[in-house]
Formats: sequence, structure tokens, C-alpha cells
Amino acid sequence: MTAAAVAESVTDPELPLLTLADLGILRGVEEHGSSVVVTVTPTYSGCPAMQTIRDDLVRALRDAGYESVDVRTVLSPAWTTDWITEAGRAKLAAAGISPPGPAPRRAAGPVPLTLGPPRRDIRCPRCGHAGTEEIAAFSATACRSLRRCPACREPFEHVKEI
Amino acid sequence: MSFDAAYEALTDHDDDARWAYGTGFTDPLAGVDTAVPSGVEPAELAAYCLMLGDDALIMSHRLQQWVTRAPELEDELAIANIALDLLGQARLLLSRAGEVEGAGRDEDALAYLRGESEFRNVRLAEHADADFAHLVARLLAFSAWRLALLDRLTASADPVLAAVAAKGVKEVTYHRDYAAQWVVRLGDGTPLSHERMQAAVDAVLPLTGELYATHEVERRLAEAGVAVDPADLRGEADAVWEQVLRAATLRAAPVPGDVPARAGHTRALGEILAELQVVARSTPGGVW
Repeated sequence: MTAAAVAESVTDPELPLLTLADLGILRGVEEHGSSVVVTVTPTYSGCPAMQTIRDDLVRALRDAGYESVDVRTVLSPAWTTDWITEAGRAKLAAAGISPPGPAPRRAAGPVPLTLGPPRRDIRCPRCGHAGTEEIAAFSATACRSLRRCPACREPFEHVKEI
Repeated sequence: MSFDAAYEALTDHDDDARWAYGTGFTDPLAGVDTAVPSGVEPAELAAYCLMLGDDALIMSHRLQQWVTRAPELEDELAIANIALDLLGQARLLLSRAGEVEGAGRDEDALAYLRGESEFRNVRLAEHADADFAHLVARLLAFSAWRLALLDRLTASADPVLAAVAAKGVKEVTYHRDYAAQWVVRLGDGTPLSHERMQAAVDAVLPLTGELYATHEVERRLAEAGVAVDPADLRGEADAVWEQVLRAATLRAAPVPGDVPARAGHTRALGEILAELQVVARSTPGGVW
């Protein structure tokens, strides 16, 4: 197995159904003989999973026979949910988590203020109903919001566009 | 799906994990190119990183004190997540400050072992909230100002500040929306919620004068293209307040001018630091 394949198959500790490749946080894997340099980018500044991700990468690559593993952080360009792969989106939906829509594109000028709940058409990942409502903009983690479906009456999480 | 992996990091399975206090994590800037831009005085850049980092750290701590006290579970989660985002920004900025300073202080030393007079945060971040209305008013003031600041800082000549700002803009956009939506809900709510929201605005807006005062470090670094002059942020923040207050059927309160920039602290900071630093100071270098 190549170092890239090993790194890509490590899973996210908070969303274990997704690999780091699915999540789009792996920015590079360079292999030189038995040493590997992996570059990752955090999702949110305070993401508490970063240290576990680093440890998991080191452990997986050492187990695969790489002697020296260096995990580097890159902050720029900032991660965006647009980097979640199609496969990752399908896995989220299959697990009942609504995948993010396209990240907001900003026009020039100040960041616009949103005073009402976002009017995006987010479908219920369970029953497919389109008119779901936001319960809270923050959920079990910073990257997800909590919504409910008036048709099947189930709450669900939605990965917020950033 | 296994939760084992999440907890393995808590034990001494690997390298030098330290979880007694502070982060216990490795350097959040590991692997980031952290050269100081040419023509910039490292001590000034370190001071500026401390200003922005301390703002986030102290505001985060005040928000964490709301956990278990928020009106609803959804708000507990929101406040905790906002506090976590700010703590993440603080970690990056304090790490950067320590590195640029070059005196061997890491983020933990800067957060847990500095004295009160060495903190450079704005006083707005320290204030204890009398009720939930005060919290959302203060969070609106803080995040409207910080979002305008971070948005401009994305063009900083310092690549670390620019990168921290670019991530922060996405996060603080959600913080500001959360606070603004609550100000509108309470202001345009019942007569009682309106009255208490107006009292909170009357108490918080007069505290915001210091946010737009320029410290000499900010002025010099802004001239070098590294920092943002906070005087330039007033227009954008005022426009946000105007939009929110109109929707909330609330009236503005006067914002005093010529307040000195980042000049000293209120007694509240001492109380915050006593809580924040007690474990680190009573068991230096402790692990568990």
C-alpha cells in the first residue's frame, strides 16, 4: 500500500464514517523511502479532533512500515466544505446526516448579516422532504447544525457550508 | 465505528501527551511557515498576536461560564461551540506570539502563567453578563467588531495572521449571526424581553468605544501592512448594529469617543484568571 493510500483511509474521529480523503483535509502525502510527510488542514480553528487525527495518521503509517512520519499543518487556503468528496457526501447522506450544499460565495464588501434562518432548501436525509427547518445553528460539533423534518418528524444533523 | 480511538489520545500511548491542563496538544502551528515578514519588529508582532489572541481567549472563557446556564440545550451547544472556535483562534495566535517573541514561551505558558497586567485583551471581553440578553448583546458587539477586523486581516503581510484570519472569518460569521438573531428575537418579542434586551444594549454599547481606539502597536503594524487599524472598523460595525437594532425595534445607546486603546483591565479579569490558571499554577507541569 502506498503512503497516500494509507493516509487516505484513516477515518475522522468525530465522523468515523468518513475517511480523511472523503473529508478533504489531506493536502499532500510525500513519500521518500521509509519516511513520509503528510500535510493536513484543520476544518475549524478549534477542532479538538486535530490531535487525534495526527496521532492516527502516525500510527497507521508506522503500522504500514514507514519509519519516519511527519504530520504538518497548513492553514491556508482555509478548508471549505466544498472539499468533501462526492463519496463523502454519499456516506453522510446514507448515515442520516445531510451533506453541505455549495459554500457561500461572497460578493465584494462586508460579510452579509443573516437575521433570519437560512432559506436554503435542505432535504430530509431520511424521507427526502424538502421543507426542513433549522432548530439550531450549532449542534454536537461546530461543523453541524440541527434541523427537523416536518414530514417524518425526525431531527437530523446538517453539515454547515463554510 | 469505534469510539476507542477518540479516548486513546487521553492516555500516554504515544509521544509526550500532556492533559493536566491546557491543551496537551502539540503545537497548533506545527509545520506552518512562521518566518517574520521583513521590516517588522518581532516584539511588536508578538504583542499584536497577543492582543488578538487574548481577546479570543478571555471571551471564550466568559462564554464557557454560560455552559449549564443557558436557557435551552441548543443554546448551550451554540455557546460552547462559539467558545471552542475562539479558543482555537486563541491557540493559534498565542502560539504565533510565543514563536515570534522567541523567549521559549508556548501557548500554555502564555495562557496559564502570565500575570493580569500582561494580558492585552479589550475590556469588553472580560465583562460578566448580568443575563442572557447581556450575553447576546456583548457577543454581537464582539463578533461584529472581530469579523470586520479578521476580514481585513486576511490581506495581512504576515502569512500566519492572514491564514488564521481566513479561517476565523468563516467561524465568526456564524457567531455574529447567532448573536444578532437572538437580539432580534428578544427585542421584537414580548414587552418584558424587549425591556430587558434594551437594558442590555444600553449597558453594552457604551463599552464598545475602546474597540475602535488605535494602540500604537496597531498603528505601526497597520502602516507595515501587517495589522488592521481598528479605527477603520467603526463604520462596518455601526452598520451591523443599525440593521440589528432596526429589526429588533430597539434604540441605540451612545458610544463614547476618545477612550484609550487597550488601557488596563477591570477587576473581572482577575476573577477570570484565578479560575483559568488555578490548576496550572497549583500543579506546574502536572500530568494525568
